[in-house]
Amino acid sequence: MQMALVIDPGKCTGCKQCELACSYVKEGEFNPAKSRIRVFDFHQDARFVPYTCTQCDDAWCQKACPVDAITTNEWGVKEVHDDLCVGCKVCTIACPFGTINFNASTGKVMKCDECGGDPACVKACPTEAIVYMDVEQAGFDKMRAWAAKTDAAAGTATAH
Amino acid sequence: MHHVILGAGPAGVIAADNLRKHDANANITIIGDEDEPPYSRMAIPYLLAGQIGEEGTYLRQDKGHYKNHGIDVKRVRAGAVDPKNKSITLEDGSDVAYDRLLLATGASAIRPPVEGLDLPGVHNCWTMADARAILERADKGDDVVLMGAGFIGSIILEALVKRGVKLVVVEMEDRMVPRMMDETAGAMLKRWCEDKGVRVLTGTQIKGIAESRDGLDVALSSGKSLPARLVVVAAGVASNIGFLKGSGIDTDAGVKVDGFLRTSAPDVYAAGDVAQARDMSTGEFSVLAIQPVAADHGRIAALNMAGHETPHKGSLNMNVLATIGLVTSSFGAWEGVKGGTSARMCDDNAYRYLRLEFDGDRLAGAQAVGLTDHIGIARGLIQTKLRLGRWKDILMTSPERLAEAYVATSQGIAPV
Repeated sequence: MQMALVIDPGKCTGCKQCELACSYVKEGEFNPAKSRIRVFDFHQDARFVPYTCTQCDDAWCQKACPVDAITTNEWGVKEVHDDLCVGCKVCTIACPFGTINFNASTGKVMKCDECGGDPACVKACPTEAIVYMDVEQAGFDKMRAWAAKTDAAAGTATAH
Repeated sequence: MHHVILGAGPAGVIAADNLRKHDANANITIIGDEDEPPYSRMAIPYLLAGQIGEEGTYLRQDKGHYKNHGIDVKRVRAGAVDPKNKSITLEDGSDVAYDRLLLATGASAIRPPVEGLDLPGVHNCWTMADARAILERADKGDDVVLMGAGFIGSIILEALVKRGVKLVVVEMEDRMVPRMMDETAGAMLKRWCEDKGVRVLTGTQIKGIAESRDGLDVALSSGKSLPARLVVVAAGVASNIGFLKGSGIDTDAGVKVDGFLRTSAPDVYAAGDVAQARDMSTGEFSVLAIQPVAADHGRIAALNMAGHETPHKGSLNMNVLATIGLVTSSFGAWEGVKGGTSARMCDDNAYRYLRLEFDGDRLAGAQAVGLTDHIGIARGLIQTKLRLGRWKDILMTSPERLAEAYVATSQGIAPV
């Protein structure tokens, strides 16, 4: 069983509890600027889109890292090791989704690591717009398709 | 099947790992000419800054990585390649036979024709040996002259400042990072460095270096001279192709390859800084000596070598750099495309700048100063050629809404 964050923007109300939970759990402060999940707010349309790393199989950030600081854990999650990251930021320009970002306070990069299997954003979401579930189930395919589209356009797609 | 990889940099190591993944039984040999385990040149500035030790630069952190994956790493320089007999002669006199060969020999630092560059205390900043030599002469308070404020020079600049040296930067062109950023960004970067106490002399050439009583004397085109204990030369790099002379393998600026990273010789491929491969933005074949391209090439070349035909449709030129804490980046056709449109947001006081270049309603290039959040989206938009429709009009007046435009377009949300 492979667990993943599955996001349904249709259920998001834009409360941004996920951003606060993420930044508090990962960085120790309530600061949306340091959240690894971001809610894009199209309020005039009343549309909100939570957005974070999809843990690509063949991850752009991981391939671009020059010092082997991004590894894949047993759940397929790409993790940044702060002790190895030198802060060169190549991963931040290599990721075509912009979901690995530089943290100026630490001089390292940060990305979603699914909180080691217990994601804070999921617990904080009051409307189940973000759920943590088995990837075989519906919903995940859509995210994969999005990722695959970017891969294919770059001409570097491989079979997953 | 014996896969031989010449070069132990990122392209070579990534190719070896991918070959192992796709061909469990093949023999894989990496041949590199430096004494260290395969390491990353990109990490050298962080070694100079004292953030990491030499081990922190290694491309693979697991000590047993190569042995555990059955990858033989030889430390010897390649002499000549003989594609007819599928053999390589090494400088120790031995020969290595290959079935498939990857040329991943990288690039070397250019030594411009300036008198005195061979004096003690004048060093490139490219190899681990260079780094060790620089560390000998770059202590707190030392006079250091940095020749070149291009991408590499500007990264080393930060490391030298962190070491507490008295630094003067000399750049012959009219601005810093002239091949990565425009005049606005280059000027902003220079002002930033000067605010931090670093002298930056643009439009100035080093005419010669001579020994003096206290160390070195650096003569400038302005007629003035600078004292130095150390001169670091960062004047660009050139592909390592000299050893291919007489091999019959076609070269130009680098090794010429086709859309599958194959060279003109059968069963010989090229990847990374040595390969002259397709640039996605221009459609032309050119050397893009950057880490992400080396990684892409290494993987694609390996797939082709392992028999999984995989096209290389082109790489995107992109760079990111921090100069005393100011982060700059550029992507693709950052100078714009013919018939295209341009959007700019500039806040001089805050050291923030964003320039977007469009081809119709598609993003073709971008550059950013002081803006890092979700910046990778610029790559995503350029390489997917996503049509931004009405969001392009929004970006023309508010380029900083780039990430929003991407997410909205992907979700089918129209701008209001």
